[in-house]
Amino acid sequence: MSPVETTPAVRKTALNVAHRQLGAKMVDFNGWDMPVEYSGIIAEHVAVRTGVGIFDVSHMGDIRVAGPQALAAIQHISINDASRLAMGQAQYSAMLYPQGTFVDDIIVHRLGEHEYLIVINAGTREKDFKWVRDNMRQFDCVVENLSDDFTQIAIQGPRGVDVVQKLTDADLAAVKFYWVTRGTICGLKDILIARTGYTGEDGFEIYIPSDEATSARVWNEVLEAGKEFGVLPCGLGARNTLRLESKLPLYGHEISDTINVWEAGLDRFCKMEKPDFIGHEALKNDKAAGLKRMLVGLEMVDRGIARDGYRILNSSGEQVGYVTSGSYAPFLKKNIALAYVPPELAAVGTEVLVEIRNQGVKARVVPTPFYKRPKKS
Amino acid sequence: MSYPADFKYTKEHEWIKPDGGTATIGITTYAQDSLGDIVFVELPKPGTELSAGKTFGSVESVKAVSDLYAPASGTVTEVNADLNTHPEKINKDAHGSWMVKIKLKDAGELNSLLSAADYEKFVAEEGGH
Repeated sequence: MSPVETTPAVRKTALNVAHRQLGAKMVDFNGWDMPVEYSGIIAEHVAVRTGVGIFDVSHMGDIRVAGPQALAAIQHISINDASRLAMGQAQYSAMLYPQGTFVDDIIVHRLGEHEYLIVINAGTREKDFKWVRDNMRQFDCVVENLSDDFTQIAIQGPRGVDVVQKLTDADLAAVKFYWVTRGTICGLKDILIARTGYTGEDGFEIYIPSDEATSARVWNEVLEAGKEFGVLPCGLGARNTLRLESKLPLYGHEISDTINVWEAGLDRFCKMEKPDFIGHEALKNDKAAGLKRMLVGLEMVDRGIARDGYRILNSSGEQVGYVTSGSYAPFLKKNIALAYVPPELAAVGTEVLVEIRNQGVKARVVPTPFYKRPKKS
Repeated sequence: MSYPADFKYTKEHEWIKPDGGTATIGITTYAQDSLGDIVFVELPKPGTELSAGKTFGSVESVKAVSDLYAPASGTVTEVNADLNTHPEKINKDAHGSWMVKIKLKDAGELNSLLSAADYEKFVAEEGGH
């Protein structure tokens, strides 16, 4: 007997045709047929750092939680303190397993008095929704999977605000980073406009209806409005190098179901003073036991590019860690990486070896994030 | 894309331009286009022995790492060191950006490689369009 082969259907966002019309190179990303680049990763990356770039991030998932106990339910499943959120405010957070490791990292938006929107990763959509639904059963709230309802477009970069302002009546100057508003955009009423993103730049993410015609119309209007600012459509390639320069974690790389909050260095988003949340007990014990590994930033000293999964060696050639993400950094023009290493090798300035094609290539621990956007004057 | 008729090609997307007992090696326009922005090359030192079909270096774009396969056996006589600091030149002119020159061990090996027309047909099928 041979096992029955099941090939999961490749999923497409409502903008799939638009990407192909723009000549994008498409790749399979966690089962999604997504653009990896249009004009080139370097040009797209630099556009976001210096002007504006737009991304189709509709493959991300969205979960709405509403009801009298919505806050308590959110508090139960997340590490950050959602009780601090004012209406219209958002926060970076994460969901943990009881053993303190990651289900996923999330953004929690407070949309109303008792209404929240959780944005989750594409690759973990089904797992995350089931996790949220199952762990919120004891609370008086409704949990809805809205993932297929929205086309989500990210407009990122210092000129992103200028582009979006041309298309909306909402006063964007009044919307601070990690806050949301609602407004008419491209003629669509009551659209959620969030000043959030995953690039290390200022920017917006807009949530529009997911039908193909509306999605393509808005995408094209954003591109048109951005022309005077040199807008480029950007793919997952630039999204990855942008988030890496800014040390934003990616599920399956810097965080996973075998990595805990302390190792990942996400302490400032983890509010242990909350009476309880899933994973709280394990994290307390982990903290007391001390760290066995830490996430550090590396810059290559010798020629070579550290890639995801490459081994970190000590001076005797023994494996002491591994690279979680590594690439040429298009804005910094350096070869950088994030890696897990033992605490004794985590101090800034420490030299380690990255094993590249059976050779130990020298790298140095450097401060992170590698890139921090300039403060507005 | 146009592929020079006096080059021979591999299915791994290298080109080789023979010139008597020596030859020049690089990667094709198709290869640079599928890789995207090239940011790193690792090439052998002069004197290195290449053997046909075996890796002799690597080329990396922002996104991907790709091995280089020797189209023919021979000894490296010259390396294009300019590519170490300007790997992006391969994107701009793949057929003009040579990587290594070799002294051919057996010029007959080249007969088994693809002609420009065959290579063009091969990449049209591989690219699915």
